[in-house]
Order: sequence, then structure tokens, then C-alpha cells
Amino acid sequence: MGKEEKRDLALTLILFAVLMLGVSLAERYLNSYLIRILNTACIYVVAAVAYNLINGITGQFSLGPNGFMAIGGYTVAILMLPLVQKQQVYFLQPLIWPFNSFSFPSYLFILALFLGGLASALAALVIGIPTLRLRGDYLAIATFGFGEIINVLANNFIPLTNGALGIKGIPEYTNLWWTLNWAFWSVFMIKGLANSSFGRALKAIRENEVAAEAMGVNLFRHKLLSFVLSGFFAGVAGGLFVTLISTVSPSLFTFTMTFNLLIIIVLGGLGSITGSVITAFIFAFLQEILRVVEAPITIGAWTFPGIPGMRMVVFSVLLVVMMIFYRRGLFGGKEISWQLVIDWIKRKEIKIEK
Amino acid sequence: MKNKEPLLSLENLTVAFGGLVAVSDFSLQLFSGDLVGLIGPNGAGKTTVFNLITGQYCPNKGRIIFQGKDITGFSPDVVTTVGIARTFQNIRLFGNLTVLENVLVSFHVRLRSSFLAPMLSLPSYWREERAIRKEAYELLEAVGLEDVTKEEAQALPYGEQRRLEIARALATHPSLLLLDEPAAGMNPQETQELMKFIQKIRDDFKLTIFLIEHDMKVVMGICERIAVMDFGMKIAEGTPEEIRNNSRVIEAYLGVED
Amino acid sequence: MYALLAIGYTLVYGILGFINFAHGDVFMLGAYFSFFMIGIFLLPWWLGVIIGVVLCSIVGMSIERVAYRPLRNAPRISALITAVGVSFFIENLGLVTVGARPKGFPRPELMKNVYILAGARIQGVTFWVPIISILVLLVLLYLVYRTKMGMAMRAVSKDMETTRLMGVDVDRIILYTFALGSALAGIGGVLWACKYPQINPLMGTFPGWKAFTAAVVGGIGNVVGAMVGGFIIGLVEIMIVAFFPSLSGYRDAFVFSILIIFLLVKPSGILGETMKEKV
Repeated sequence: MGKEEKRDLALTLILFAVLMLGVSLAERYLNSYLIRILNTACIYVVAAVAYNLINGITGQFSLGPNGFMAIGGYTVAILMLPLVQKQQVYFLQPLIWPFNSFSFPSYLFILALFLGGLASALAALVIGIPTLRLRGDYLAIATFGFGEIINVLANNFIPLTNGALGIKGIPEYTNLWWTLNWAFWSVFMIKGLANSSFGRALKAIRENEVAAEAMGVNLFRHKLLSFVLSGFFAGVAGGLFVTLISTVSPSLFTFTMTFNLLIIIVLGGLGSITGSVITAFIFAFLQEILRVVEAPITIGAWTFPGIPGMRMVVFSVLLVVMMIFYRRGLFGGKEISWQLVIDWIKRKEIKIEK
Repeated sequence: MKNKEPLLSLENLTVAFGGLVAVSDFSLQLFSGDLVGLIGPNGAGKTTVFNLITGQYCPNKGRIIFQGKDITGFSPDVVTTVGIARTFQNIRLFGNLTVLENVLVSFHVRLRSSFLAPMLSLPSYWREERAIRKEAYELLEAVGLEDVTKEEAQALPYGEQRRLEIARALATHPSLLLLDEPAAGMNPQETQELMKFIQKIRDDFKLTIFLIEHDMKVVMGICERIAVMDFGMKIAEGTPEEIRNNSRVIEAYLGVED
Repeated sequence: MYALLAIGYTLVYGILGFINFAHGDVFMLGAYFSFFMIGIFLLPWWLGVIIGVVLCSIVGMSIERVAYRPLRNAPRISALITAVGVSFFIENLGLVTVGARPKGFPRPELMKNVYILAGARIQGVTFWVPIISILVLLVLLYLVYRTKMGMAMRAVSKDMETTRLMGVDVDRIILYTFALGSALAGIGGVLWACKYPQINPLMGTFPGWKAFTAAVVGGIGNVVGAMVGGFIIGLVEIMIVAFFPSLSGYRDAFVFSILIIFLLVKPSGILGETMKEKV
């Protein structure tokens, strides 16, 4: 490894250590509400970075990440749900074999997460093979359709998913350790991919498919790779999510979830990983802050009645406005790299010396 | 000295799009080291021939033999791996990527590492990455773009964009290079430089070059052989002198000379 | 009923090559506008509907003006994202302003009457909706194929640049297309509300997608095809419910699957045209 890469890796590991330290401090001192928001933010990071891979970097407009998150979420839920709960929750129709006969113990949580991701990745493979041949808008429709189909399945395939009632009582394994680790390592891996030759190939596909193919890039295989990887991380995010809130139901993974992810990556800049990380956090906090807007506000003697749903209005306006005026998002496809940080510090130092 | 076996042999290529015959019974042979031009009025089917060779279109009839292998119907990415590279009539650069990245894309096809290697930041990947960066820099130096490697491709002036397209094609290590109207939109001085450039890369990189052009100065200036198309068919083939005096060619063009 | 919506989709797509995600929501607006006109302003039914539909048109045109026109030259993805945003905006605005609880839509006597035909009880609605749809289609066909406006619309769909060079005000044509498409959606919304008299802000989503399926099945870009597609999808839905009652929950999934299959296998639909990219 060259000098620069070694330095970057070292800096990254140091950052990781700092973050881990931060987590142990946070667990001790921050209130659980704040921790809940941080957890959600980290999960959004995983999902958003995955979504940015297929939408922003490869330029293939998929509207189906909610489906992949659902698959991952349900897989983890079914695997981890203790047998006692399985009896109780599935009272309409018992859970189908073999899932009703076993349940993962807590130390197999990481395995469950991987399996959730794998299940989503498999689904992505199955979906991707036919649909990735479609052109832009058609691909969007097809992936949207897939997301909806998964939703309908979740609602109706009662022996597996318990239908609209969902599954309750999933043990809460997720905590800040898990979410931050997954967030960190997924960003690390996807960033690594994006900056590599593969990333360039994917971006080339986004920029000009015909030229990319003429330079030797196999369009189908690379689109599929991006799609499947995206599916994997989305599935993991879904799995983390259900074990965070200890329930899963079809209403969690509707198109609204896709919409949220869409806002996150558009705001952060399609194709910018660092952008998505930052906007994922902003979004998680914004969601909470805007909850205030939805509850009744009392100023002086007047009480403004709460407007539920105002959040989404704000978000959708934001999205449309961004698309019209500031399409490149916060980061516009650029990234923060260690090199940039060092240059920035150096410039500050020179200023101070002067 | 030329080989006896042709490097590229196009045999009776015919392709039609929904009733319109774009190329009809087109045959041509290129030998290693040749610099051949393809000319003809607009709509004659020249770019279509290119697209047939590089696999964007599949011929209805006929064969394409490259280095002894039948590559008819191969998809464009595979065609590139066997050693044929091309540029496009309307420049197709990767606009948002830097100049260096545009060239690096061409190296991807020969990458040994799997996709997991960069994700896990394995040293084996970084070694490969450094090697291809080095080679990419050298290539950009050879075409005179070493000062702008970090610029966005779409920000380059037109002439440099054309050179970048050529550099990108060269990065795929081709034996045969197809240039589609490389001089389009250039002023006389740029055209002169381009002519010298094409001859230089042919010698430096041991290429065979097949080019489409409308600018007769370029064609007559550097091509050793010229094929002429009209309405999808080859109507003449020969040295520049022969073509210049060929009555059918003159007819087809009605005396169009730059 | 899907036919009307489908035609609207097809119109916009044919001309701009653009899928208006928000179309289904305009449909919902049609129902709501009419509802308000009738309920709040106590207008006679038919007048309320007309005003409601006109309002729909206006909304459709403003969406085009505000949200889509600035992005006319942007990469396709941007326009799609914006469409999604607009769709969400309308839906949520609806949720915010009128609440999620369904409201009852007043139905005219004509629609409510129950006729007895061959032993089965059929609502007036079931008669009128197809009749009105066909009427609308005929009017539309006349507009598109016989009037100057219609010709201009078709010209734009074939080649926007050339049409512009010929002195046609392309922007106005596009506005007109949206107006027409939105009006159709509005009418569709009202008719739907007659059949299922509960209206709520999210009612536009599923019918919207099914109508899109219909447009694709029939051939995107082709008006008659959209009509045909609409009938087919409607039929399929009814058949599923009739013959496989236990699967009726899967009805929507079915329609989507049809959509996906068609997109894969025959994107030009039954009557439509394909678009190829030139190298």
C-alpha cells in the first residue's frame, strides 16, 4: 500500500476509535430519546448510502428500497423472535414451518442481520436480472412496483408475516454500538467501492452508458452488482430497524420510506457518500424537530392546533424546491476525503502563522 | 512490411433498420499498420459500419473477422477486450468525471481484483490501482493532457475533449482504433496538429487506424487507402489519387471538397 | 374508469416522454374539488363537477409550469424525482387540510338508481361510467386528430425541436396537454367517487398506478391504446375478485405484476410505439 493509502487508513481507524469512545460516553450520559434519534440516524445512513450506490453513483433510478428493507426486516424478525412470542403473535395463523420451531439466540444476532441482508440481496438478484435491462423511467416504475408487491405480500401472506398486524415483541438487540458500527463500516465499504475502479465503472455507466460499454464495461453485470449490493445493505438496515423498535409491520416499509431515502440522498447530493451521511443525520433530527410542528403550539394566548402530516408536506416541498433550484444537493457528487481535511488544516495553519 | 492475413475482414455486411437498409453488402480488409479512411456523403452508412464492427449493432448478413476470429454479434464490451477501440461522432465523454478518471475507466476491464477487494481496502487492490494510475498518467502525457488531469471532462475545450476521447480509447490497449470524425469542428491549425497526432499514435502504439472523416484535407493527407460509401454500399476503394479521380466518387459528392 | 386516467398519462408521456407520477393525485383532486364545490358552495351537482374539473385542469397546468418546465432539459431522473415530490406534496397537503378520514361524496340520482337487469341488480353507475368514458374518448379523439391543437400536440410528440422551429409555441401546447390530461383525471376522479362514494386524500395512489399499467398495456403514447388498456385492467381486477376471492388482497400485487411483465416483455404495449436510442 502506498504512503497515502496507509495514512488514510490509519486516520480512518483513529476516527473509528474516537467514535467508539463517543458511543460509550453517549450510552452513559445522553438521554434515551437522543440515543433513539442517533440510532435512527445511523440506520438511515446505512440505507441511504446503499440507495445512493444504485441511484446516485450508478445512475439507475430505483424506487424499491422499501421492499428490500422490508425483506431484511422481516427476515431478522422471524429469525430472532423467541418461540413464546411466535405462538402469541401469530394467533390468526401459525407461523409456517420451519420458522415456528426455532429462534435465534442473542449471540447469533449478527448472523441474523447477515441473513437478512442476504435475503434482500437475493431478492435484488431476482428482481434485477429482468428489470435492469429497462430504461430510466421504466426501471423506476418496475422497482416501484416491486416495492408495492412486497408490501402487499407482507399484508396478505399471513402465515409468514402475520399480515397487517405485524410482529411484536422482537427482542431489542440494536443499540448504538450496533448501529454506529454498521453505519461506519457500510460507509467505509461503499466509499471504498465508489472510489475504486468499480466505482468509476459505475459512474461511467451513469454518465454515458454507450461509451462505458465501448470502453469494456459490461453494463448488465455492473448494474446488477450495484443493485445487489444496494439490496444487501438495505436489508441490513431493515433488520437493524425492526430490532430497534421491536416491531415490524407492513406500514413501516411503504413507499414513504423510499421517499425519505430519496430526500436524504437528493439533499446530500446524488452520488456523494459523505453528503448522504450528513443529510441522513439531518433528516433524522429534522423528523423529530418537525414533530413539534405537528403538535399544538401555544404562543401567548393563542393555541395553534397541531397539523399531523405537516412533516411530509415540508419534506416534499423541500424535495421539489431542491430539484428545481439546487439539483446538485449539498455536496453535488463530491466527497470529503482525508486529503481535503489535511489541506484544509494546512491552510488554516498558514493563516495563523501569517 | 504488411502481414498476409488481414487484421480485420468485413465480409458482405448488411444491416437494415425497420425496412431502411443502412449498410448493404459492405466488404473491406484492413491490414496491420494500415491507416485507412472511410468517406461518403452524410447518411451513407459510415458510422453504421463502425457500429457494426464494435458491436452496437448486429448485422443481418455478413461476418466480421478480427485477427482470425469471428466476432460478429459480439457485444461492445467484448469487442473492446479483443482489441478494437473507438471514438464517437458526437463526443461521449464521462462529463462529471475528471480527465484522469475518464481514462482510468478503460483500465477497468483488465482489473484482476474482485469488487470485494476495494471494499475491504485490501493492499492487493491498492497495488493494482497505483499501477493503472501510473499508466494512465503516461498515456495522458503522450496526448499532451498531463496538465489537466484533475479537470472535469466537460469543462475542457473542444479540441482537448477530442484528444481525451482518443486517449480513453487508447487506454484499452487496442490493436485497431476506429476514429469517427476526429476533425469535426476543428480549425485548420487544429486539423494539422490532429493529422500529425494520428500518424504519431499509429507509430508509437503500433496501431491500425480506420477513420471516418468529412474533412478532405485530413483524408487525402494521411490515409494510405480510402473506401467510399454511398447509400450503404461501397462504391470505390483505392489510394487517395485513385479516389480523387474516380468519377463515381465525384458524382456522389457533387464536388464537395473542403 | 382507469381508461380516463390512462389517457391522461399517455398524453403527457407521448408528448414529453415523461411519466407524471402526480397524475393519480390530480384524479383525487378532481373528486375533492367537486366535493367542495357541491358541499360548501351548494351548487347543483353538475355545475360543481364542471368547476371541479376545471380547477383540476388549472392545478395540472400550474404543476407543469412550476415544477416540470424548469426541468425540461435536465436528466430524466431529476424530472422523475420532482414528480414523486409533487405527488407526495399533493397527497400530504390533502391529508393536512382535510384530514385522513374519508368523506362521503354526494351522488346524483342518476348514478344511485338501481336497475334490475336480467335478474341482477346493477347500479346506475355501472352503466354511466363506461358510457361517459366512451363519450370522453370520442371527444378526445376528435380533439387530437381533427383540430389544429391536436395536430400540434402530435407534432410535438414526434419532434419537439422541429415543431418549435416551425413557429409553434411548444410551451403552450404542453400546457394544453397537461390541462387536458388533468381535466380527464378530474372527470375520472368524480366518476370514481360516484362508484365508491368515500373519498380520502390517498385515494389517488392505487388507481393512479393501475391506470399507468393500463396505459402501458395499451401502448404508451397511444390514446386508443390507453382506453383499451383501461378496460382490460378493469376486467382483470373484477375477474380476480370474482373467481379467486381468497386472493383478492393480492389484487393490487397482481396488477403490478402485470405492469412489470409488460414493461419487460412488450414495453410498447398492444398498440404503441417504441423509442430507440441512437448511437
